[in-house]
Amino acid sequence: MSDLMAPPELKSGPPGPSGAGGLRGALAAMADRVRGGDLGVAPVVGGLVVIWTVMQILNPVFLSSANLVNLALECVPVGVIALGVVFMLLVGQIDLSVGSISGLSAAVVAVLFVDHGWPSWLAILAALVLAVALGWFYAQVFNRLGVPSFVITLAGLLGWLGLQLWILGPKGSINLPFDSRLVTFAQLDFLPPWLAYTLVAAGAAALYLTGHNRASQRRKAGLPATSERTLVVRSAALLAGLGVAVWYLNRDRGVGWMFVLFVGLVLVTHYALSRTKYGKSMYAVGGNVEAARRAGINVKTIYTSAFVMCTALAAFGGILAAARLAAANQSSGGGDVNLNAIAAAVIGGTSLFGGRGNAFAAMLGILVIQSISSGLTLLNLDSSYRFMVTGAVLLLAVALDSVARRSRATHGRA
Amino acid sequence: MSPSPTPPSGAAGSLLSLRGVSKSFGAVAALTDVALDVAAGEVVALVGDNGAGKSTLVKVLSGVHAPDAGTITFESREVSVPTPAAAQQLGIATVFQDLALCENLNVIENLFLGREMRALRLDDVAMEVRSRELLTQLSAKIPAVDVPVAALSGGQRQTVAIARSLLGDPKVIILDEPTAALGVAQTAEVLNLIERLKERGHGVLMISHNMADVTAVADTVAVLRLGRNNGVFDARTTSAEELVAAITGATDNVVSRRAGKGRPEAEDAPDDAPEDDTPDGDAAAERVVLKKGAGDE
Repeated sequence: MSDLMAPPELKSGPPGPSGAGGLRGALAAMADRVRGGDLGVAPVVGGLVVIWTVMQILNPVFLSSANLVNLALECVPVGVIALGVVFMLLVGQIDLSVGSISGLSAAVVAVLFVDHGWPSWLAILAALVLAVALGWFYAQVFNRLGVPSFVITLAGLLGWLGLQLWILGPKGSINLPFDSRLVTFAQLDFLPPWLAYTLVAAGAAALYLTGHNRASQRRKAGLPATSERTLVVRSAALLAGLGVAVWYLNRDRGVGWMFVLFVGLVLVTHYALSRTKYGKSMYAVGGNVEAARRAGINVKTIYTSAFVMCTALAAFGGILAAARLAAANQSSGGGDVNLNAIAAAVIGGTSLFGGRGNAFAAMLGILVIQSISSGLTLLNLDSSYRFMVTGAVLLLAVALDSVARRSRATHGRA
Repeated sequence: MSPSPTPPSGAAGSLLSLRGVSKSFGAVAALTDVALDVAAGEVVALVGDNGAGKSTLVKVLSGVHAPDAGTITFESREVSVPTPAAAQQLGIATVFQDLALCENLNVIENLFLGREMRALRLDDVAMEVRSRELLTQLSAKIPAVDVPVAALSGGQRQTVAIARSLLGDPKVIILDEPTAALGVAQTAEVLNLIERLKERGHGVLMISHNMADVTAVADTVAVLRLGRNNGVFDARTTSAEELVAAITGATDNVVSRRAGKGRPEAEDAPDDAPEDDTPDGDAAAERVVLKKGAGDE
């Protein structure tokens, strides 16, 4: 068995000057993880490459700057919702009502902003407060009555859809004025090229500096650390990759502010999940509730926070969707929004079984889904094909998750 | 030799001592007038048949149940243990049989779960240093501290659970069936670990059903029978038959007869207990397993 093969003594003592094996060591460790069933982002990135290649072959417009600029913007609303779904999946629960909540928020903002003449920020704030209250209500039912989240949110899916229709009233559709900040932000605001490049450089520098600080701290403490060369290569790769992407997008309209907002949300979420006590508690609750409880974690609070984060992000995504469409109507948040958001989180690598996944899953997953959608739209295929293809990809992703889980079990990494 | 309980030596020199502890659940008297002493650097094995009250006693000590009567003296002060948190604060750590580890988190994350350093910007380096330090002190055989607990064997998980309980710097550590469901090599590993705890000056109270483990690692064996003390034995000078007799309340019964019959073969059998730590090779070679596997009570 693996435990007997393992090196008998704990690796300790000061590492060599180059750290733990350097670049090659890092690659070998990654290959080892993949074999053990810890797939990470490999399948979704691979899938994305396949989809992009196929779509480009079918229609050369697909990878044009103009289409990618659009694709990036299209990703944001449902991507933000998917980010919320990641919170729920991490604690091993699910929210099926994200679509309805996003539609409801869109309706609330439209009614308050257009019909009642509230300032847009106040209308958005009101919708977010409402969503937080809904999430809190879910959590109370879940924590106090023990109703499964699946059922609570299924009831919510219907209930909030009804509320959305009632709020919109007989008109059924409210247009947002095109010159409002909300709509221009989602449709017309792009980063000036110099700012986009500056952000890319700042990102690469930040990656290098945090890595460098961490490595030197670890070296000081006598722990194995990432080698300087790996850090430089990693940052340079990020700089080059994002630089080329920004350059390519800048040949058309550039990088939308809304997309930058999405990236910012993903990064903040990533930090909260991976570098704070709160984040560890989320993973612990998803991994083993009883262990988390005995470790003194307030499990109910963690569940409540997951519900609230999910509904709040769903509402925010719904508002962005309304801004993008410049309207809120009866089908806002309807159709495939719900399942696309959940599918994006799962396709990106968040496990449906809880305790596994990260913030980048939402981003990669939604990129896959929107690429399929955009590619098929360019081919003039109607939504029947889109549903079928997305369904197949979702099944593939969940199957991959299940197989990886089995592989982890056989490799003793459950 | 008939069970000759050495009378409780009093609180002098003992870290934790119980006197006259009783606990009933409705009409069922789970514990009646129980006395127990654990000294620093001493391993006390608590043995008894199913329903003898071992688990109830552990729950009283770990703050899960409040005793109906009796006193608990800890470091020469009379204390009450109303909650598990109070037990932790006093310095009594309990490792329950289901280890309560998160398999998706790595060793460091499990060790520090619920007491991470720097809540808003985790101090990974300090936590890793502390984890390595602790595991090295325990001579723990863990392949790496950044692997998920799912990748560890049962014995390694037990080690992580015990190391986790040590982070609170307890004086007394209570282990509930630490070797149940472990293989031979892993059992030896855990027994080594218990020796290590003893060397560090912790008082260890170990519940076990396995006489070989008890005689291999314990200094003193306290027998509970039907919720009462049924003798405190010196593990070095007491044979497994005598313990079995005390546990079952009779010198002549099926278990001790079988044990006697099996003795010649048992002596030839390879000894899985750590050789150098075995206080009495003869006694340790006998494996009288009263009950294997899970479920105490």
